[in-house]
Amino acid sequence: MNKKRLAAPFGLWMLLFTVIPLGMVLWFALTDDAGNFTLQNLPKIAEYSDSFWYSLYVGALSTFLCLILAYPLAFSISRRSERAQRTLVMLVMLPMWMNSLLRITALKSIISEKGFLNRLLELAGLPTQHMMGTTGAIVLGMVFDFLPFMVLPLYSVMTKIDGRVLEAAQDLGANAFQVLFRVVLPLSVPGITAGITMVFVPSVSSFVVSKLLGSAQTTTMIGEVIEFLFKGSAPPYYNVGAVLSLVLMVLMLLCMAVMSVFDKDSDEMEGMMA
Amino acid sequence: MNNSVITLKNIAVSFDGEQVLKDFNLSISDGEFVTLLGPSGCGKTTTLRIIGGFISPTDGDVFFGEKNVRDLPPYKREVNTIFQRYALFPHMDVYENVAFGLRVQKKDKADIEETVEKMLSLVNLKGFEHRKVSTLSGGQQQRVAIARALANRPKVLLLDEPLAALDLKLRKDMQNELKNMQKQLGITFVYVTHDQEEALSMSDTVVVMDGGKIQQIGTPLDIYNEPVNAFVADFIGESNILDGVMKRDFVVEFFGRTFDCLDSGFDENEPVDVVIRPEDIDIVEPIRGHLTGTVTSVTFKGVHYETIVDFKGFKWLIQTTDYYAPGTVIGIVLNPEDIHIMKKSEYSGLFGDYSSYSEEFDEMADPEIDLVEETKEAESYE
Ligand SMILES: Nc1ncnc2c1ncn2[C@@H]1O[C@H](COP(=O)(O)OP(=O)(O)O)[C@@H](O)[C@H]1O
Ligand SMILES: [Mg+2]
Repeated sequence: MNKKRLAAPFGLWMLLFTVIPLGMVLWFALTDDAGNFTLQNLPKIAEYSDSFWYSLYVGALSTFLCLILAYPLAFSISRRSERAQRTLVMLVMLPMWMNSLLRITALKSIISEKGFLNRLLELAGLPTQHMMGTTGAIVLGMVFDFLPFMVLPLYSVMTKIDGRVLEAAQDLGANAFQVLFRVVLPLSVPGITAGITMVFVPSVSSFVVSKLLGSAQTTTMIGEVIEFLFKGSAPPYYNVGAVLSLVLMVLMLLCMAVMSVFDKDSDEMEGMMA
Repeated sequence: MNNSVITLKNIAVSFDGEQVLKDFNLSISDGEFVTLLGPSGCGKTTTLRIIGGFISPTDGDVFFGEKNVRDLPPYKREVNTIFQRYALFPHMDVYENVAFGLRVQKKDKADIEETVEKMLSLVNLKGFEHRKVSTLSGGQQQRVAIARALANRPKVLLLDEPLAALDLKLRKDMQNELKNMQKQLGITFVYVTHDQEEALSMSDTVVVMDGGKIQQIGTPLDIYNEPVNAFVADFIGESNILDGVMKRDFVVEFFGRTFDCLDSGFDENEPVDVVIRPEDIDIVEPIRGHLTGTVTSVTFKGVHYETIVDFKGFKWLIQTTDYYAPGTVIGIVLNPEDIHIMKKSEYSGLFGDYSSYSEEFDEMADPEIDLVEETKEAESYE
């Protein structure tokens, strides 16, 4: 009884800031600028399919790169002494203490035409590179921004893997490759799915990164489109923006559902790992 | 030497400058049951990990047969380990745990199936194939660990305190089973324990260790009857250890009188440690005794009474089947075969005095192991 009441503030919070806005999005999506019910907004999605695909592509690529970078890092952290683990996790989280806008701006000054990286290349006598405003720059920004969100869930699962279990695998004849694929990988699935979700979802819908690092040459990301529509001058934009938001939301839910399927198999062993 | 499967030569190990093993020389014969016995922290696990390949020694060499394996990684070594606390794969069922070694060696399916079934019946776990390992009791998990290691058909099996987490009754049963398995399969066992009774009852050879050094290597009978120093005499069973002087061969003096003994080869008048086992002492009327003393306390132990007797201020432990009330004056007779003489060592004077005796805790449990979870499981175990 009492315990249930403890959730009341959160319930109110959810109602105010999740349920009501969702209702509003739904309402905008299904009305025209005069406020009448209509399904006319839905077909307009097609006009933005490029942005959708591009966002999914950038999101997937960023997530993949984050995973590739974070996996060995998280594993290496998880095998160290407790003290070293604490310090390294702090270091991983350090960039998160800085405002995202600031971080991306910093990155911009590194990769811009006259930026730090090109200066270095000049000094080395190499031709300077054009990086700003490319898809590469956007993906780099995403990875830069979201890497900690991949490392942390991976680390928190991996640190629970008993070192003796890995030794047992080697003892039974497994080489490093087999230890990775037969033991470490299956045991870290919950961390992988959590990490993918935590990076893929925000990077697909992000608008800050692409706005700062993208250019006229890159396709506008869907997050940016939605932002533009909602901030745009006249009301009809609201309705299309709402539809796009809904589609994005459904996509994200789909992604999480897929991840939870992968997660299910590993649920049963949680008791052992605790 | 020529039929030895494993040889450790002049092994030394230090962690962060702290010496954990020194001058470690050990040769293990094919088919032998060797036990490393010593108090917690003496370097037993470290020794096993050197054989398994998980640490390389700071100094010295490891031979498998004639081959130096110093730099061979664990997965290429023909030994398998049963780890302290089992270390089963939590994401696999019993069958897959046992099949793991065969799968990584890419054995064919029929072969795997046959071996796994054989191993599971060997450890009495038939019918448990598809159980999650987390749902098994401690004893059952231990059996899975054994089956998993044996499925690889190792030449040598390393066992690190495999029974320490089980309760007493289950431990006794498993001791017998392991010993039988070892005989049946003819595999060399290198067994680690801090339990001297376990070591004595299971082993062909016992290696007594303390402070990273081998104190004595011998058969259980050897190390019990002929301990080399006060540490071994005290760690293996109970011992009264006295200061004595070797007058000449076969004659030793202590408590102001001389006794005949069976030991020789000491210098004339060499100070020595004299060991007298509590169960070897015969109690007689005071007038007929070599020494007389006063009983100060008695504890009933089932098979015998543990009687503490004060001889001129030095207290002895005597195990007797007869009851002597505290305050009784008794005499004792020591026959030559009851007296064992040892050279003085760094351990002289540290052990074997029962003046402060009170239910001595010999066997401090390994701090890594908690028994809590195991007590209940014993009941459900068949
Ligand atoms: N990886 C390590 N780093 C530092 N010290 C260690 C390490 N492993 C073991 N030791 C130390 O080495 C000594 C022997 O340990 P161990 O071989 O585990 O003893 P045992 O198995 O006989 O209880 C202990 O003092 C232990 O603290
Ligand atoms: Mg140990």
